[in-house]
Amino acid sequence: MSGAHLAVRNIGKSFRGLRAVNDVAFDVPAGAIHALIGPNGAGKTTCFNMIAGVYPPDGGTILLDEHSIAGLRPDQICAAGVGRTFQIVRPFMGLTVEENVTIGALAHCRHVPEARALARELLEELGLGDRRTARAASLTLPDRKRLEVARALATRPRLLLLDEVMAGLRPTETDQMVAFLKELNARTGVTILLIEHVMRAVMALSQHIVVLHHGEKIAEGRPEDVTRDPAVLDVYLGQEVH
Amino acid sequence: MRAGGVWQRLTEGVPARALAALAVLAALLLAAPVLSQLLPAGDYWLSILILMVYFAYIGQAWNIMMGFAGQLSLGHALYLGLGGYIAAALYANLGVGPWLGVFAAVCIAMLAGGLIGYLGFRFSVAGVYFALLTIAFAEFTRILFDHFKWVGASGGLFLKVEPEGSPFNLQGSPVLFYYVILVLAALAFVFCRWLLTGRLGYYWLAIREDPEAAQAAGINVFRYKMLAVLISSGLTALGGVWSAFYYKNLFPESAFSMGRSIEVTLAPIIGGLGTLVGPILGSALLVGLGDLFTTMAERLAEYGIKAGGLKQIGYGVALLLIVMFRREGVWPWLAHWLGFDRHRENQP
Repeated sequence: MSGAHLAVRNIGKSFRGLRAVNDVAFDVPAGAIHALIGPNGAGKTTCFNMIAGVYPPDGGTILLDEHSIAGLRPDQICAAGVGRTFQIVRPFMGLTVEENVTIGALAHCRHVPEARALARELLEELGLGDRRTARAASLTLPDRKRLEVARALATRPRLLLLDEVMAGLRPTETDQMVAFLKELNARTGVTILLIEHVMRAVMALSQHIVVLHHGEKIAEGRPEDVTRDPAVLDVYLGQEVH
Repeated sequence: MRAGGVWQRLTEGVPARALAALAVLAALLLAAPVLSQLLPAGDYWLSILILMVYFAYIGQAWNIMMGFAGQLSLGHALYLGLGGYIAAALYANLGVGPWLGVFAAVCIAMLAGGLIGYLGFRFSVAGVYFALLTIAFAEFTRILFDHFKWVGASGGLFLKVEPEGSPFNLQGSPVLFYYVILVLAALAFVFCRWLLTGRLGYYWLAIREDPEAAQAAGINVFRYKMLAVLISSGLTALGGVWSAFYYKNLFPESAFSMGRSIEVTLAPIIGGLGTLVGPILGSALLVGLGDLFTTMAERLAEYGIKAGGLKQIGYGVALLLIVMFRREGVWPWLAHWLGFDRHRENQP
């Protein structure tokens, strides 16, 4: 398994006249970890949803390793190698933790026992091994976030889209998640694009940051440069970001 | 897959005690026609048992759509009616035996199910609106059959009682019908367990829980919802064929009625949606209670008390109690109490 190159070329999306995303373009090279940041309502999740196929972009193209995925259904995009988590977590609440991840693994496993074995492995790695027979609904929020990551990873993605998986986690839990994602990236080479508000995690993880504001890209570059960019500081409530 | 693998897949995670209880139940059901003759009014008890098994079977078929895949159908009378009418009309009008006619019946019911599913799922008609669509189709068909001369229109379609009839034409004593529906119910039970433990089952549960998240996990939601409707409508039509030959009369007004559709849903709802034992337990409770209330009404009538609606009121109260106190049905609660669900914690 290796990472895929994501190329987003001038995509846009309007909802009833409201321009949520306007002419946004960026690249995430294979095996890289990039972050998408910006204030609430900047269009980050809309970008994610277009990449993941929840809705097609109004214009522009999205390429995964030079193949266009814009306008495909979410399940087709998943099959093409994109795994995602949801900002507001959506595990299958009535099912057990193991069943949740098994469903993801069935995307490429021929038989259920094989998928289940893979699910157990992933749950161990994410520290959910002892919760595997619990219903997802009984998990705490941080555990639900971990479960979403496990389910997305079970589909064997080459590009992983993480929508605020650190939000609501305690600092130690954030550090654990950061360490896990770093190790995962180093071991498998999976490309990671994350939306994140927790700057501690963004700074620790990403090699490159894209900043959105009012649906437009206002800056991008190395984390240390972006956080000193006057335009970025301005939109972030006029405060300096750390 | 070899037999051992199949057995392992079917029984994995099921406690030995639950398997033993199932074996005892199966043995009792197999011996029931003999056992019932030991009782006074044995034929009556057998007819009650036949109803229980029948509702367990069609409940199981409906449960695939609602309990597994989360698609509410309130029009399953359509598949029962189509199945029954087609097999009965082929036999009565053209002399085509039911063992052959059943294929036509199942195919046409699946076509109808496929059409409803396609319209609903392709155009994202979900939830109660999908349920309305299923009701609408049952109603159209009722009106259509009311004017369909070949099947007797509103006057009804009747099958002759053939005392010398061959079992190959599904003619015979209640014992024959009992065993036929028992085999169907047992096969449906095993088949559903088989489906649930495979890819299809996992995908259905994912779709039931959250279609959008299911799609993000790589599931072609449309395809698997369609499979649920097709399998459910086909199995239901089989029940319709059996019921047409058992009762030997069909009227559009009742065969495609809303009441018939509701009847199909009650056993799994009361027993436990999405569970395999739910439809069986629910059916036993419903038919048992129904009989109890009917008997009570008869007793009361002996004392000059008119209690004609007692059964309906009893049903209503039972449903109310279940909805209020056992939301997930009786079986999840009973299974927990019996300790049959130890492989899963946090089960209510």
